[in-house]
Amino acid sequence: MKQQPKFFAMAIAGLALLVLPLLLQTFGNAWVRITDMALLYVLLALGLNIVVGYAGLLDLGYVAFFAIGAYSYGLLNSPHLMEAFPAVLAMFPQGLHTPIWVVIPLAAVAAGVFGVLLGAPTLRLRGDYLAIVTLGFGEIIRVFLNNLDNPINITNGPKGINQIDSLQFFGLDLGKKLMIGDIEFASVTLYYYLFLSLVLFSVLLSHRLQLSRVGRAWMAIREDEIAAKAMGINTRNLKLMAFGMGATFGGVSGALFASFQGFISPESFSLMESVMIVAMVVLGGVGHLPGVILGAVLLSALPEVLRYVAGPLQGMTGGRLDASILRQLLIALAMVSVMLLRPRGLWPTPEHGKSLPPAAKA
Amino acid sequence: MDIFIQQVINGLVLGSMYALIALGYTMVYGIINLINFAHGEVMMVGALTSWTIIGLMKESMPGTPGFVVLLIALLISCVVAATLNFVIEKVAYRPLRNSPKLAPLITAIGMSILLQTLAMIIWKPNYKSYPTLLPSTPFNIAGAVITPTQVMILGVTAVSLALLMWLVNYTKLGRAMRATAENPRVAGLMGVKPDVVISATFVIGAVLAAIAGVMYASNYGTAQHAMGFLPGLKAFTAAVFGGIGNLAGAVVGAILLGLIESIGAGYIGDLTGGVLGSHYSDIFAFIVLIIVLTLRPSGLLGERVADRA
Repeated sequence: MKQQPKFFAMAIAGLALLVLPLLLQTFGNAWVRITDMALLYVLLALGLNIVVGYAGLLDLGYVAFFAIGAYSYGLLNSPHLMEAFPAVLAMFPQGLHTPIWVVIPLAAVAAGVFGVLLGAPTLRLRGDYLAIVTLGFGEIIRVFLNNLDNPINITNGPKGINQIDSLQFFGLDLGKKLMIGDIEFASVTLYYYLFLSLVLFSVLLSHRLQLSRVGRAWMAIREDEIAAKAMGINTRNLKLMAFGMGATFGGVSGALFASFQGFISPESFSLMESVMIVAMVVLGGVGHLPGVILGAVLLSALPEVLRYVAGPLQGMTGGRLDASILRQLLIALAMVSVMLLRPRGLWPTPEHGKSLPPAAKA
Repeated sequence: MDIFIQQVINGLVLGSMYALIALGYTMVYGIINLINFAHGEVMMVGALTSWTIIGLMKESMPGTPGFVVLLIALLISCVVAATLNFVIEKVAYRPLRNSPKLAPLITAIGMSILLQTLAMIIWKPNYKSYPTLLPSTPFNIAGAVITPTQVMILGVTAVSLALLMWLVNYTKLGRAMRATAENPRVAGLMGVKPDVVISATFVIGAVLAAIAGVMYASNYGTAQHAMGFLPGLKAFTAAVFGGIGNLAGAVVGAILLGLIESIGAGYIGDLTGGVLGSHYSDIFAFIVLIIVLTLRPSGLLGERVADRA
């Protein structure tokens, strides 16, 4: 009987999520776009949460996997490779359009492999050493993306890759708007539904992982690695698995990002981005799914909304305090003040050290 | 050969600037186990403050010799940076001393963004040309050149390091710092006030960072609100490289890192037949770091410490 109100609330929340983009659409597609990006960040934050939240491995180079996914998609679905290599053009005279059933798993696998590659040498490192090595890895990937335009032009350097195809499956092109009856679904709205379903899937996956044998082993490693080892947990494999899993999430999000934006450049994958994702996870509440989602939505959407509000303020301060500066200022202030007021995050795990919820009151 | 000597000189200069910053990271880490992400920004504030002071002095006292101007600017920026770091510690790190480890890390990152943004508002985002205050005729050493500014950087670094070593090893404060790094609670029982020691550590770190900032700006002739980020990152890498928490390690790591970077940047083009250019120099630091940490997980001079989860 007690479950019923909860179910009701969930149904309403679900309905609201479904209708939201249609409502926002009427105010302009930019708003839907912001929501889309927020969902993408939720996906990234969920992935990082596996590494940082469950396994307790601080990864400051997470955006590298995002970049790997994005470039995998971008290279295989844009004219760039054909312009750079005549051989590729000869092979694909109609243009390189790899179906998503190939490219998304490929992005996931590529990122996952890199995740394990990064994880392997860092297994023996303690927390902060690990942080700096992952950070270095992120920078290495970015520098390579930036400079691999000569002597062979692979990534097109700082100019980035453009004209990337939008996602297409079952004959549905997410890049074009869709009319069902009288209702118009803009391209961004279609992406919204795709991202939303992926977020839901990831939440489910994360939740099941958390309760699984693997998840509990991760948390044991997080709390005390030596004790976990003594309990017969294979810490090496499990840590690698956490890295690989987290990276896979990053890779898939990256591929989606590339298709959504239609343009990628190394600039989108700076260290600041990694730091922001860590901040989302920590600000929301490490290892707690609702918290992580909250953190991601707040940090990604709020500043965008402020960008619109900040216009008048810019006029008042004579242009010195423009929107992007104000946005940065507010993010910084939010990070500091939230941590000072709630050191365990906005919505932390209810009981410390105990990740399983108390036995359900049947 | 003269190219090699030139790169060694450049590497030493670069490395000594990294060393000044790395010491601040490593001291703070040694005492409160926190990666002070805002440290690079303290260096930036030091550099920009000195830029303002130099500008003011050039206007009000045009006849003053260059090194006097530089010295005064250096002193003032040290004071400003020290005050700033003192306040940062008090506001952003002290309340979180007993919180989960990630919390102060996030405030540190937040502080770093905050300082950059404030600097952007105060000093405007453009690149500022930093005046050359010392004579610019370079000295010749075995076919390589070294500018007076670079000589000054090496000298100032050496003096600062000597002073720091004296402070840490032969004074009461230094003993208190070492005791607190070893075990804050026991140090407290022995009559050391950990709060005072921690504040002192931040102040000393900031002074070193401000010196580094002024040196960095005079060496490259430019200053900007984002200038602290990359050197900060490299310096932190150097601190980890040498074994974080270890002062000598930070210096060794920083000098090595500087040498690796500049020698690597000088020769990578020849070694790879022009495939990789000197713009890859930024990643040498990280590649070396990954290799070293794989072979020696606690850094070059770091002690093996038991895992503290």
